Amino acid sequence: MEFGLSKEQTLLQDSVARYLDRHAPLERVRRYADDNEPRAQDVWDGLCDLGIPGMLICEEHGGIGLSVLDAALVSEILGSRVAPAAFVASAVMVPLAIAWAGSKEQQSRWLEPLAAGRVLAGAAVSEAAEARHDDAVRWDGSKLHGKALFALDFNADVYLVADHNRALYLVDAAAPGLERTQLSTIDKTRRFGELIFNGAPAELLPLSSDREVCSRVLDAGRIMLAADTLGAAQTMLNRAVEYSKQRVQFGRAIGSFQAVKHMCAEMAAELEPCRAMMWYAAYAFESIPAEAQLTTCHTKAHISEVGTFVARTATEVHGGIGFTDELGLHLWFKRIGANRQLLGGPQSLREEAARIQQLA
Amino acid sequence: MDLSYGSQYEAFRQQTRAFIEAHRHLAPQDLRFDREKTPVWQKLLIDNGYAARSIPKQYGGFGAEPDILKTRIIAEEFARAQVSPGMGGQGIAYLVPMLLDMGTEEQKQRFIPPTLRGEITWCEGYSEPNAGSDLASLTTSAVLDGNEWVVNGQKIWTSTAESADWMFCLVRSEPDAPKHQGLSFLLFSMRTEGIRVRPLGTMTGDSHFNEVFFTNVRLPQDQIVGRRGQGWEVANAVLLHERDNLGDPDATLLRFNALVDLMKRETVDGVRVLDNPVFRDRLMKIQGAVMAMRFNDLRLLSAKLNHKDASLAAMIVKLQGTELRHELEGLAIDALGELGILYGDGPHLRAGGSWQFMYMLYLGLIIGGGTAQIQKNIISERGLGMPREPKLKT
Repeated sequence: MEFGLSKEQTLLQDSVARYLDRHAPLERVRRYADDNEPRAQDVWDGLCDLGIPGMLICEEHGGIGLSVLDAALVSEILGSRVAPAAFVASAVMVPLAIAWAGSKEQQSRWLEPLAAGRVLAGAAVSEAAEARHDDAVRWDGSKLHGKALFALDFNADVYLVADHNRALYLVDAAAPGLERTQLSTIDKTRRFGELIFNGAPAELLPLSSDREVCSRVLDAGRIMLAADTLGAAQTMLNRAVEYSKQRVQFGRAIGSFQAVKHMCAEMAAELEPCRAMMWYAAYAFESIPAEAQLTTCHTKAHISEVGTFVARTATEVHGGIGFTDELGLHLWFKRIGANRQLLGGPQSLREEAARIQQLA
Repeated sequence: MDLSYGSQYEAFRQQTRAFIEAHRHLAPQDLRFDREKTPVWQKLLIDNGYAARSIPKQYGGFGAEPDILKTRIIAEEFARAQVSPGMGGQGIAYLVPMLLDMGTEEQKQRFIPPTLRGEITWCEGYSEPNAGSDLASLTTSAVLDGNEWVVNGQKIWTSTAESADWMFCLVRSEPDAPKHQGLSFLLFSMRTEGIRVRPLGTMTGDSHFNEVFFTNVRLPQDQIVGRRGQGWEVANAVLLHERDNLGDPDATLLRFNALVDLMKRETVDGVRVLDNPVFRDRLMKIQGAVMAMRFNDLRLLSAKLNHKDASLAAMIVKLQGTELRHELEGLAIDALGELGILYGDGPHLRAGGSWQFMYMLYLGLIIGGGTAQIQKNIISERGLGMPREPKLKT
């Protein structure tokens, strides 16, 4: 019995962390956030060297065939460094969708370039989680119509799109009839956008007529977002603790005041169980099917709530400087804030959890 | 990741289940001490390796190699079957493991076997009116007079003092030493002359603990564990076993299931409480937190098995576990509306008033066994490495 990370998993996290610390430090993240460049190509290339885009793609198609837990561990590191990189859609949701629901031909056409990172994929499936207004995408048998908000990994070459029946399609970014608008959000470390389909040609993933596929793809995304929040919140807590040891007022480090210590203790007490929860949800996703859906909903809801609490409290520990742009702490605050809303906020996930158990 | 216990352990689980089914008619019906059944049941459990499992045979235990998973399986299966897992209490749970480590051979022989058999029950004399969170400042004194200790002073919050046979007690024996080095750990019978026990009523209406007064209580010199002045170290070895016990997530899960049933059963204007979205959301929020604590517990079990460090994950259990349980019991009271104020006996009462009882009891547990605030000091100082509060110059 072992409920913990293997040596390989720890090494994987270390290698991604080391790469990002060297090549995507805060100044690089800021440059991406401020300049609104579509992609941080250098960061992406580095992640490609590490095999990240193909981590969930089987070896037959040029990937390394790792587990969803491994992907969540990488997502945690990306969140911890607010990395300006595509991941949730491009390395997780889209490859999984193609592997589960694509034809053999689609798999051989798409998976290899995705694994190599030559093709970057976005995912526009938010309407399957919770549609706002009457936004929906419809399929007329050959083309897509309607609009999808909040495409993840927006600056992509191809998009995974869910229609109102939860069937899944791939749409080329350059397809005629596809209009793309980047949305201005709180989180400048990643790009989100709107896709408008005016009769855009698309290819159906044939096995996605089973609506379960779309649910599984959403759940995989939710686990990644939860892991990203876990990493970001852990960094905010670490930075609050470090700051409280350096900052001196009334002749002593503010970290020696109980008011400050207790804020940090409360953050740690809330956050530490989230680590085991993320591990379990990501592991259960593949290995304990009976528990997978419920655990995913609760994990994203719970970690989002804890993340919000840590983001606020860690900022407060920093005092006024935490509110300014000086330390860049707000980049983490906003990343956590965005993750909370994406693919289902805590309230709707808890309602889904109740439905799964026939309690609603 | 490998969440299975393995075939050897599954066989042990089946064997445990079979034992429980074959013998459950002999078990005492509730957790209270049953003069007739409890000692017989306890002996049966020890003889078969389901209690005192890893305590050596020469001290009255079963004598198996320590095995964390088997211990866990035994706990799980007795809980599942809702059959008494044998006697607990401060003697068996805390004192015996400490004596095995730190007691003399004579002390082990004298105290462990009758404690395991339930012939000696124990209470713990630590806290004092002026030494609560700052336990090491306690002042109950022990002075050596010839070959006897003479104890004077007062303890408080002493659970089971009214019924216990013996007390293990922390006293100040070296008044001139620094406070942590001036303590000794003594054992004495509660029948000794000069001991007076006064129960403290609590907000639940029950007495969960007592005040104990000592006036010239005399005991033999050798009823000390460890050396003179080593009491703090000995007491900490006991506390280590104690903190583990509060905030058990499996108990919280059982209680959560009862809360779901309650919210399905209770109605407001003909609508189930569960169908009120506000209540449902609160329920699901608690379920998420219960899940997180269960997975945290699984991580701790695994860390213990595989000798990995998870000290921060362990440090937060008492704080989070007791807070969560208090919140859970409070939701049940809200779900009951006006019915939630019923208590004691009488019509309309739900679950024997246990929701109110537990709601209050868990407030007591948030405070007891190291207050929430002391827990936060420990988490921040030992877990996060934050600086200690500067000492006042005296």
